[in-house]
Amino acid sequence: MTNTRRIFLKASLAASTLAVAAGANLLTPRSVLAAWPAKAFNAKKMDEAMTGIIGGTQTTPSPDITVEAPDIAENGAVVSVTIKTSLPKVESISVFVPVNAYPLASSYNLSSSTDGFITGRIKMAKTSPVIAVVKSNGKLYSARKSVKVTLGGCGG
Amino acid sequence: MAKKKMKIRAWIDGSKASVKAILFHPMETGLRKDKATGKKIPPLYITEVTCEHNGKNVLTCLWGPGVSKNPFLSFRFNNAKKGDKLKISWADNTGASDNAETTLK
Repeated sequence: MTNTRRIFLKASLAASTLAVAAGANLLTPRSVLAAWPAKAFNAKKMDEAMTGIIGGTQTTPSPDITVEAPDIAENGAVVSVTIKTSLPKVESISVFVPVNAYPLASSYNLSSSTDGFITGRIKMAKTSPVIAVVKSNGKLYSARKSVKVTLGGCGG
Repeated sequence: MAKKKMKIRAWIDGSKASVKAILFHPMETGLRKDKATGKKIPPLYITEVTCEHNGKNVLTCLWGPGVSKNPFLSFRFNNAKKGDKLKISWADNTGASDNAETTLK
């Protein structure tokens, strides 16, 4: 990794942070699939996003969910997150980053034969907890892990 | 030939099937600006990914712009055996879509 590349990355990310601030209400219409909950993904607030995707904001912290993510993420554009849960009858796993422009990062609907194990990569604007909400047997359980981001990656 | 848009690896690990996939996609949030022109880069991101094991849905991923560029996905499922088919399809916010199929090893 050369020094010039670092500088370039920093510059481009600084520009994109401005874009986040300026572009808050610029959402272009998009063709979406019927199943895709546009409202939840376009929500700017954590509560709206949670209601939109899982139908509630009340979650019970559970020791049966593990969020695996780095303690310090050097690059917020790519943060690898693994969610594991031993809860029975897992219907969905949703991943939230409260500080992002759109707090809802991703949501996974699991079939009955799928394990409570998901790995994905998400963007993080800045240091924040990553919150995983697992819907199990109709109830909502959550777990979180703080990730320190040294270089934000959500504008880009 | 068009650029390859997906890489999938799927194998049997004990009693379970493990899947790892990388989708090649820019995942633009729509919030970023083009530095040269100062104009916003329009959003372009995958909204939905479905994974089917022998035609039966095992996982549906709903993604927003908060998922990284060239998204990576890994999951496990039961009741699978060697030679089974696994199909992964995606669609993005512009309506573009693609799919790929692999055999469990």
